Amino acid sequence: MNRSLRIFAAACLAAAATGLAPWAPAHAQQKVLKFIPQADLRILDPIATTAYITRNHGYMVYDTLFAMDEKFQVKPQMLDNYEMSKDQLTYTFTLRDGLKFHDGAAVKAADCIASIDRWSKRDALGQKLAEATASWTAVNDKTFTLKLKKPFPLALEALAKPSSNVPFIMPERIAKTDPFKNIEDPTGSGPFKMVKAEWVPGNKVVYVKNTDYVPRKEPVSWASGGKVVKVDRVEWIYIPDSATAAAALNAGEADWWEQMPPDLIPLLAKNKDITVKNIDPLGSMGMIRFNFLHPPFNNPKMRQALLYAVNQQDYVIGIAGDPKNGKPCYSYYTCGTPLASEISAEPLKGARNLEKAKQLIKESGYKGEKIVIIDATDQPIVHAQSLLTLDMLKRLGLNAEVQAGDWGTLITRRAVKEPVEKGGWSIFHTWLVGPDMVNPAVNFPIRGTGEKAWFGWPTDSKIEELREAWFNASDAASSKKAASAVQQRAFEFVPFIPTGQFILPTAFRSNISGVIIAPIAFLWNIEKK
Amino acid sequence: MLAYVIRRLFATIAVMAVVAFFVFSLLYLTPGDPAAVIAGDAATSDDIKRIRANLGLDEPFLVRFGGWVWALLQGDLGVSIFTNLPVTHLIGQRVEPTLALTLCTLLVSVLVAVPLGVLAAARAGSWSDRAVMAFSVLGFSLPVFVFAYILITVFSIELRWLPVQGYRNFAENSFWDWLRHLILPSIALGTVYIALIARITRASMLDVLAQDYIRTAQAKGLAPAPVLVGHALKNAAIPIMTIIGIGIALLISGAIVTETVFAIPGIGRLTVDAILRRDYPVIQGVTLLFSAIYVVINLLVDLSYMLFDPRIRF
Amino acid sequence: MTAVTTLPAPVSTSPTLRQFKEAFRRHPTAIVGGIVLLLMILLALLAPWLGTVDPQAVTPIKRLKQPSAEFWFGTDMLGRDVYSRVVYGARVSLSIGIAVAFFSILVGLSIGLVTGYLRWLDAVVMRVMDGLMSIPPVLLAISLMALTRASIENVIIAITLAEVPRVVRLVRSLVLTLREQPYVEAAVAAGTSLPRILVRHILPNTTAPLLVQGTYICASAMITEAILSFIGAGTPPNIPSWGNIMAEARSLFQIAGYLIFFPGVCLSLTVLAVNLLGDGMRDALDPRLARRM
Repeated sequence: MNRSLRIFAAACLAAAATGLAPWAPAHAQQKVLKFIPQADLRILDPIATTAYITRNHGYMVYDTLFAMDEKFQVKPQMLDNYEMSKDQLTYTFTLRDGLKFHDGAAVKAADCIASIDRWSKRDALGQKLAEATASWTAVNDKTFTLKLKKPFPLALEALAKPSSNVPFIMPERIAKTDPFKNIEDPTGSGPFKMVKAEWVPGNKVVYVKNTDYVPRKEPVSWASGGKVVKVDRVEWIYIPDSATAAAALNAGEADWWEQMPPDLIPLLAKNKDITVKNIDPLGSMGMIRFNFLHPPFNNPKMRQALLYAVNQQDYVIGIAGDPKNGKPCYSYYTCGTPLASEISAEPLKGARNLEKAKQLIKESGYKGEKIVIIDATDQPIVHAQSLLTLDMLKRLGLNAEVQAGDWGTLITRRAVKEPVEKGGWSIFHTWLVGPDMVNPAVNFPIRGTGEKAWFGWPTDSKIEELREAWFNASDAASSKKAASAVQQRAFEFVPFIPTGQFILPTAFRSNISGVIIAPIAFLWNIEKK
Repeated sequence: MLAYVIRRLFATIAVMAVVAFFVFSLLYLTPGDPAAVIAGDAATSDDIKRIRANLGLDEPFLVRFGGWVWALLQGDLGVSIFTNLPVTHLIGQRVEPTLALTLCTLLVSVLVAVPLGVLAAARAGSWSDRAVMAFSVLGFSLPVFVFAYILITVFSIELRWLPVQGYRNFAENSFWDWLRHLILPSIALGTVYIALIARITRASMLDVLAQDYIRTAQAKGLAPAPVLVGHALKNAAIPIMTIIGIGIALLISGAIVTETVFAIPGIGRLTVDAILRRDYPVIQGVTLLFSAIYVVINLLVDLSYMLFDPRIRF
Repeated sequence: MTAVTTLPAPVSTSPTLRQFKEAFRRHPTAIVGGIVLLLMILLALLAPWLGTVDPQAVTPIKRLKQPSAEFWFGTDMLGRDVYSRVVYGARVSLSIGIAVAFFSILVGLSIGLVTGYLRWLDAVVMRVMDGLMSIPPVLLAISLMALTRASIENVIIAITLAEVPRVVRLVRSLVLTLREQPYVEAAVAAGTSLPRILVRHILPNTTAPLLVQGTYICASAMITEAILSFIGAGTPPNIPSWGNIMAEARSLFQIAGYLIFFPGVCLSLTVLAVNLLGDGMRDALDPRLARRM
């Protein structure tokens, strides 16, 4: 004990000496925004993963050619101007002046082309664009062209895609990386620079203002307009425990909590210095996804039966806690966006009809096959839906059970194509942010390409045809009509069941102003007093 | 003695080899695929396959294990599948908070628990003894996270005396700022440990106090305090040291929870995160580190026996 | 966590009823402990007849209701009745505690007996045990949980695996002391077979310390289960256990404290009771210490 005491005494002395030494914090006068992000940033490559946290990181360090504003209009962001030829086959893009990467190099046409190329190998809409593309050509350092094989009305919308995967512009040397391999270098041309030396995965990400960044003059609207950074430094502090995060915000140890469980609102509402707000106009959509390869849900009657039983009110409350933070959404498109409608939604919308559901189950010839719901207990949104669905299936007299694990297990297990007896599954739940369900192009769970489709692997050539038809629609009215046809088919085929639209509120302290109302938390335009 | 230490070190390597093989096999069998985690929610099965191939995860067990051991022998623990940062770097970032937390806890625990145990033994059967024993039983009866929440509510939210979460590194912050962030986590983590050590101290003190030579010393009229500390505690030290050594494993388990609640970026949190994401190289590296620490501490404990009981020679 | 006992090798042979009675007279706390434990076991056994409803039935509309005449302990995030969950939770928590204690003693005893006697096996087994012990139990449990899937059996296996090395060490040290005893040496000299020596002479003398150790393991297993649930590697979430209920409600501890309070009180009381019982037994079975009380 003597020795350890001596060591401790020495440590204390050393510590005291450090404590007394004039402590000159490097960033004491700086404005530091302390932000609690929704998840832990692990992967720096917004092309290799669709994880939303990596997308948000992308918005910090990268910039985009185009951006979508709050009216769903495509606006140039890195571009000075662009032109489309009369035959709709050639686009010419010109970069605006003063764009520089964090390493000091100017942004050139070649960087943009390489970045778009890498993106289009991973993103679904990007692949669609690549199919229609004849070539990308750099005319000079600031100008480049896109030549199409056939008109592709969504070309600019694809380049302005707001959510994962976002076509961020990276230096060519980085963009040349295999799209299935993670990049490590966070050099971009965006409004913030990442300080990689201070990155502690699982705890902290540090960004500093990119003083070389030249914002646009237009007012900010979603990701478009001038990205004016008004703080010197941003620290993302990841706090895994939500009770602790709430306490930290309450105590002023953080300025802004990106996404909070609605149940904790009363805790923060008491504090006059804290604003709890729904800044996300589109919210997120929950869903029940089936396995189409095995009984019983390979039978459309079984899936239709559940349409009559799912009570979105229950799911919304189960996920969002308070009806204020969510609402039913009887559409395959994000409610509140142009293509959303309730066409053919009667089975899901009307009064819940368990008798009808039971009758359909009977007609389907259900023989008591075991239904396995895979659940991830570390994801409250998945977990709540799983338990609600289990309860519903039991009330319908189905032989259902929940098999719980963590999210890591779920996403591996859902890739298993075997029947439930061999480690497969029947149902899983997840959610998508609003922008990922706005139209048939981005709405990937709706697709019916069989083995190539998203987990569950539905095969439905009809929905694929209707989706193709939507791509070719040239104006808003015909686009809406084609999208409705897709939805009509979806309510027959039931590739998944939407369980409602919910918003996870954000909370910030009153010394923060300028929070942008958008489906993604952007950190420019924020002022800290 | 040197021979003994060398022999023990060899045994240590054997233990670590067992652990390494065990952990590697366990991970190999564990379902869960980092490629799926990397790809994200919207990826398809094909995407995942390609990523997996890129990461070399589709190679057979022995090839992967061999490769890992080979790299390990060269001091290379590999690279995190997610962050692409070297595992040694990730561990290096996390060592300080965990070290600070466990040392602080250990120190507080020993400083509180040993006197309590001695007191209880000296006044066996009295109210103070019963109080200590009651505490030592109570200390076991609440999960550490519940206790941590209670501490946060009282001291951080209501009284506002101490910070809620986080860690300040030692070098860049004032001593007080550093210490402030460790107080609540150490108390939360230390309770079980204090209970354990107090209990063992009391038991072994009672044992020693029943021995003849103590009675002789008392009969000779030596003052109670020197008898207690000088004679009895010294002789009771071995079981106490043993329990402190064994308790390190408990401390590390507890640290995982404590670090989560208080958002301390330590090794425990790193481990859980790595497991949840199936970041194999990190899990392997951390487990190896844990077993090394455990084994080394127990070696030190064994050596410390000599300090307390000169009769012991190795 | 487990009090890894420093029980000296017992001088006495197997316990007698009188010793028990004597100790319990000296230790009213142990009696209280026994009674509380008995009540909890009754609670678990009689769960369906105690005014409970299906502990898994969800009613989102009635979520997070304060304790009232309708919901004695309130409702949780999904509108499940917390009273029913706590009562049924007794079944799960107690089963885990008892099963872990039973299996770790059983396995630890078998391994410890054999290795304590066969020197060549000893070195190998002890290195493996050291290895197992050096992996934090929580880590072991998470990996195992991921290996198959969350289930009560897996929780039991995981915690047992972590406890076994400690039991082995205890048994081994007992055996090492016992084999030096004259009567054992005499038996060896008389050519008694090894299994016979182990069963007739060594085994009975390990009963007492193992019984005490068992109570501590039981208590700590229930706490460990709660910690596993906290990390998300515990009992499947639809099945209520005390630890599970608390872990699921942990983020709401300031808003709906009752969600943590009721299962917490039950868990603490039970762990306390088991520990008190263990202390009482230790004193009863170990007269050398009991004399001092």
